[in-house]
Amino acid sequence: MQGRNPAPPAPENVLERPLAPQRTLWQQFWTVFRQNRLAVIGLVCFLLFFTTAVAGLLLTSGSQPVLNPAAIRLQEKLRPPFAVPNLATLRPGEVPALGIYLLGTDELGRDVFARMLQGAWVSLTVGFVAVGISIVIGIFLGGIAGYYGQNAVRLDHVLVAVLLSAGFVLLAVSPAWGAVLLLFGAIAAYGLLSGAGRTPPGRQPTVLSRFLHSKTLTIDTLIMRLVDIMLCFPTFFLILTVVALLPASIYNIMIVIGLTSWMGTTRFVRAEFLALREQDFVAAVRALGVGNLRIIFRHMMPNAVAPVLVSATLGIASAILTEAGLSFLGFGVPPPNATWGNILSDGQNFIFDAPWLTFIPGITILVVVLAFNLFGEGLRDALNPRLRER
Amino acid sequence: MISFIGRSAVQKVITLFFVSVVSFLIIHLAPGEPSQVDPMNPKFTPEMVERFRRQFHLDKPLYAQYLLFYKDLFTGRTVSWKDNQAVLKKIWDRFLNSLPLFVVGTILTWTLSFPVGIHSAIRRGSLFDRGSTFVAYFLISIPGFFFAYLLIILVVTNFQVPVIGMQTFGMGDASPVHLVMNRIWHLLLPSILGATGGIAILSRYVRSQMLEVEGQDYIRTARAKGLPPDDVHYHHALRNALLPFVTMFGLILPGLIGGSVIIESIFSWPGMGRMAYEAILARDYPVILTVNFISAVLVLIGTFISDLLYMVVDPRIRL
Repeated sequence: MQGRNPAPPAPENVLERPLAPQRTLWQQFWTVFRQNRLAVIGLVCFLLFFTTAVAGLLLTSGSQPVLNPAAIRLQEKLRPPFAVPNLATLRPGEVPALGIYLLGTDELGRDVFARMLQGAWVSLTVGFVAVGISIVIGIFLGGIAGYYGQNAVRLDHVLVAVLLSAGFVLLAVSPAWGAVLLLFGAIAAYGLLSGAGRTPPGRQPTVLSRFLHSKTLTIDTLIMRLVDIMLCFPTFFLILTVVALLPASIYNIMIVIGLTSWMGTTRFVRAEFLALREQDFVAAVRALGVGNLRIIFRHMMPNAVAPVLVSATLGIASAILTEAGLSFLGFGVPPPNATWGNILSDGQNFIFDAPWLTFIPGITILVVVLAFNLFGEGLRDALNPRLRER
Repeated sequence: MISFIGRSAVQKVITLFFVSVVSFLIIHLAPGEPSQVDPMNPKFTPEMVERFRRQFHLDKPLYAQYLLFYKDLFTGRTVSWKDNQAVLKKIWDRFLNSLPLFVVGTILTWTLSFPVGIHSAIRRGSLFDRGSTFVAYFLISIPGFFFAYLLIILVVTNFQVPVIGMQTFGMGDASPVHLVMNRIWHLLLPSILGATGGIAILSRYVRSQMLEVEGQDYIRTARAKGLPPDDVHYHHALRNALLPFVTMFGLILPGLIGGSVIIESIFSWPGMGRMAYEAILARDYPVILTVNFISAVLVLIGTFISDLLYMVVDPRIRL
């Protein structure tokens, strides 16, 4: 170092020039991210997919869509891609807007291109909503476990919770007893929240109050055991069971996928929060008298968000795959909505007569999921501070 | 050690209890009842439904149903609602069918992903590394059933071998060699498909673990004192990189009962996954709950074994 530096700079120069190369976090992120060529390709595909999905929503919805995914033309069924429609047999409203069947037609003569466009939006929604649900639950539970984790749950908290939940369960069996229990539970909860049972300072706590305030578990243990319980279920089997038992609807699928995939996020966020809580800047903020919520959301969350982003990107990919798998087993998004999963699983019946019905959605899913995975991994490397300086 | 085993056993039993409650509630609070599955069937008169409900305790309150169900499960008297067979025997038969798939798939996973992962970590950035990375992502991203169809078309058109089912129908008096070869061909595709996801993920994991260790100071020291590269890689780095994977032996266990629903459906393989799928379709609650319970037990035993192995293998860990 010393050998290469020509001469020590003049003092006034030092003050004018910034001491270190100033790069914002975003620039640092971009320099690392750019080097990963696969990840950049993934990002491009991701953006393309996003615009396609929005365009698909605009072009295929409404009462008079430009490309009608639901128009049935039985005389034009199973036409290969780029086939020119037989105009003599079509009524004016049935002619595809592009003049050709860009991606062919399916067994009911529906335009596969229009269906793929519509499916892009549906698949995107399934992925984003499912992951959104799991991220919200994960951040919430992980944040509580990480930040408030060492606080103990007292015996009176447990009693109130038991009263309330027993009340709800009993409500289904015998409403009268359930209502009584719920009432007791509500009174006790009110008492707890308003601090009615708190011993005034300077007086010895009674035996009862000491017993009620005895500590049982920490909040951290409680939440982590909940995660353990959820991890015991075989995920795909659980999703399949719930989706099969509930009435078929696109919302049920999103909610079920979301509710069964939050455990990873919870663990990440908890680990990040446990590490961040001991950092000096958090101690400083706390010393300034900043409230807990502001510390959590303004100061700690931005530092903990990197692994969450990564697992969200990977989660969208796996949600799209899960939806395709459910469609294959016949529990996917019900018919009026086209998704890539159900186009693919319908197409497999014609795999030798009309291979495009299998290959077009199959390869599209492959490319999009691959793009999400590559982008997610690139994000992980770019957001990893240990890799940043290399 | 003893206290760890005791504590962990208590914890696992409590977890198991909650799992059993949650799975029971999920199934029973969902709308619809098994007695309504077949309303159009003229044999399903209201009296039949009533008898059915009484026979399977469906007229009792929920907590009584729960207790009765798990009492039956532990005494081995649970029967399937669909065909009145003992559930445990049914599961055992299907388990024996799934076992070959599981064994071959696991062997494939563990023998392929380690060489691939270690090699691509040592030659970081080489053509092999980039190629295997891309293939791994490809295998993770492809929808399983689409890949299965591609492979089936490929194998059937190029090699003219049978792949669907467990064996070709009506091979009663063929020679033993034929029978065995037939079995192997039938086994090959589904177990390869079952292993792909595992190979892709595990090889990536091996690679990142190996890279992590290769960046440590003691590896630099070993290099600096002039050890041959192979010695550094395979003697100094590999042993430490393999630590986390010893514990993964415990985590194989839950896969025993998993049995992929999709792959077994495609190949008409009468295994566990297919049985569970059929049980879901028929609302055969005892079978669904039993499969769920056994798989939860296996997950818990698996994590327990992996904790123990960690303690045995890594002297730094004191639980």
